[in-house]
Amino acid sequence: MELLVAGVIGILTTVGIYLVLRAHTFPVILGLTFLSYAVNVFLFAMGRLVIDRPPVISPDAPAYTDPLPQALVLTAIVISFGMTALIVVLALRGYLETGSDRTTLDAARRTEDGDGA
Amino acid sequence: MIAPIDHLMILPVILPAMAAAFLVLALRHHLRRQRMVSIVVTALLVGVAAWLFAQASDGTVRAYRLGDWPAPYGIVLVLDRLSATLLLLTAVLALCVVVYAAGGVDGRGRHFHPLFQFQLMGINGAFLTGDVFNLFVFFEVMLIASYGLMLHGGGPARLKAGFQYVAINLLASVVFLVGVGLIYAVTGTLNMADLAVKVPQVAAADAGLLKAGALLLFLVFATKAALVPLHWWLPATYAGTSAPVAALFMIMTKVGAYAIVRVYGLVFGDGAGPLAMAAAPLVIPAALLTLVLGTAGLLGSRTLRDLAAFAVIASMGTLLVAVGLFDADGLSAGLYYLVHSTLAGAALFLLAGLVQEGRGPAGDRLVPAPAMVGETLLGGLFFLCAIALVGLPPLSGFLGKVMILEAARASGLWPWIWALILAASLLMTFGFARAGSALFWASGPVSGTGPRLPIVPLGAVLALLALTLAWTLAAGPVADALQLTAHQALDRSVYIGAVLGPDARLAAGD
Repeated sequence: MELLVAGVIGILTTVGIYLVLRAHTFPVILGLTFLSYAVNVFLFAMGRLVIDRPPVISPDAPAYTDPLPQALVLTAIVISFGMTALIVVLALRGYLETGSDRTTLDAARRTEDGDGA
Repeated sequence: MIAPIDHLMILPVILPAMAAAFLVLALRHHLRRQRMVSIVVTALLVGVAAWLFAQASDGTVRAYRLGDWPAPYGIVLVLDRLSATLLLLTAVLALCVVVYAAGGVDGRGRHFHPLFQFQLMGINGAFLTGDVFNLFVFFEVMLIASYGLMLHGGGPARLKAGFQYVAINLLASVVFLVGVGLIYAVTGTLNMADLAVKVPQVAAADAGLLKAGALLLFLVFATKAALVPLHWWLPATYAGTSAPVAALFMIMTKVGAYAIVRVYGLVFGDGAGPLAMAAAPLVIPAALLTLVLGTAGLLGSRTLRDLAAFAVIASMGTLLVAVGLFDADGLSAGLYYLVHSTLAGAALFLLAGLVQEGRGPAGDRLVPAPAMVGETLLGGLFFLCAIALVGLPPLSGFLGKVMILEAARASGLWPWIWALILAASLLMTFGFARAGSALFWASGPVSGTGPRLPIVPLGAVLALLALTLAWTLAAGPVADALQLTAHQALDRSVYIGAVLGPDARLAAGD
C-alpha cells in the first residue's frame, strides 16, 4: 500500500508541475488542482498509513490513527477549493477583458501602453 | 490563570476580523460610513499595538492559550518584543494607507475596506502565532484578502498580473503544506516552541527528511520575501495594483522576513543540533543577488511604480543580508532597516499614485509631459523618498545601512557585502535621479487643467515621511531597544519557557 500511495502522490505531482509550467491559464489551473490533490494525499500519509483504526478515543480501540493530519487536510482542502474557484473566475475575467488566455504579461502591457499614448 | 487584561493580546486578530464582517454585512452600500469605521478601527489597532508594545518592552515573552488548552496541544499566540514591534509598524502603516485610500481610491471597486481589514487580521495573526500550521492559516487569510485588494479597481493589466500573483502564491501554499507535513511526520508537533525542543533530538536517520521540510519552508518564506530567484512575481504585482494596496503590501514582504527569523532563528537556530542553521548559508548569497537584481531593475524601469517595486526588491536584499547573519547585531540592524524601508517604500508608492493621477495621460511613465499641479511639492517629497530609499545621509536609510555594514563585519562574506551594498547605493542614486529629472524637471509649462492636489492623500504621504524622519531622530534609543529585541528573538530558552512552561526549558537542556 505504501508503494501505491507514494506512486499516486508522485504521478499527481508530476502531472501538476508539467501543467503549471504551461503558458495558458486553463492548464495552469488544472495543474494547481493536481498539485493540491497530491499534497492532500501526502499530508494524509504523514500521519502514517493505518487501516481500520479510530482517530478519537474509544474504550475498545486497540490502537489509533493520528487525527491531526486529517484535520490539516480538511483545512487544506477548504482553502484550495476556495482558491481554485477564485482563480477560475480570475482567468475568465482576464480572458474576456484581454481576449487572450496566455499567462504572460506582454499582451496586457501592450494594451495599456496603447491606451496611454 | 491569566489576568483579564492579558486577553487584549488577541485583539489585533479579533478586531479587524469583527470590523471586516461588520463592514460587509451592515455597511455594504455605504462607502462614507465604511471609511469612517475602517479608519476608526485602524486607529484603535494602533492604540492596541502601542499598548502591547509597552507590555512587551518589559522583556517577558507572553503566551496566550486560546481556550486555555495547554501548549503544544492548543493554539497559542506569542507576544515578544519582535512581534510587538512588527504589530505596531503594521498598525501605523495601515492607518496612513487607509487614510490615503479614503481620498477616493477605495471607491473604484467594491469591498475595499472589508478586504483591507481581513488583510490586517492575517498579517497580525502571522506575527503573533506560535505554531507553524497557524502560520500557514494566517498566511492564507492574508493572501486571500490580498488577492481581492490587488485586483481592486480592475483593468486588463491588473487582471493579468493578478493571475500570476494568485498562481505563484497557490504554488507556494502547496510547497508550504509539503514542508509542514514533513516536519510533522518527523517530529509529531507543529508548535514552534515544542519544535525547538524536539528538533535537536531527532534521530539521525530522520534528519534528512526534516532538513528537506525545513528547506521547503524556507522556499516559501523566500517567495514571500521576494528573495532572488523567487522575486519575479513582485514587480508586476506591486506596479500593477493601486497605490494604497502596494503601500500596504510593503509589510507583506516583511512577513516573509519575519517568518525566516522566527523559524530559522528559533526552531532551526543555533541549538538545533545536527540541523542547526539549515538554511543559513543560502540567505546571504541570495540576498546579495536580490540586491543586485533590484538595482538593475531600478535602473531599467520605465514607470515610477516599476521603479518603486524594484526599490522594494533591492531593500529586501539589504534587509535579508542583515537577517542572514543570524546574530543579534545583524538582526537589530536589520530590524531598524526593516521599519525604515517599510515606511519609506510605502511613502514612495503613495507618492507614485499622486503623480500618476496628476499627470493625466502620461501617467507615471518616466517621459517628459506637461507639468502637474503642485509639482514643486511633489518633487520635493520625491527627493526625500529617494534619499531615504537610496540610503543617503541624513535620513534613516543611511543609518540603517551603516548599522548593517557594521554588523556584516562578523561575516566571512563581508568584502562582498560591503562592495555590493555600496555599489548598489550609488547605482540607485542614478536611477532615482533619472526618474526625478524625467518626472519633475523635463516637464513643459503647467497646463492649468490638471486636477488639484488632493489634500487627504497628500497628508498620508507627509505622515509617512514624518515617521521616517522621527525614526532617524530617535535612532539612538531605538537602536538600543532593537538590540534587546534581537537578543530576545534569538534566545530559544526564554521562548520555550514562556510557551511550554519552565520544565520544558530544563528538558531542552538550556
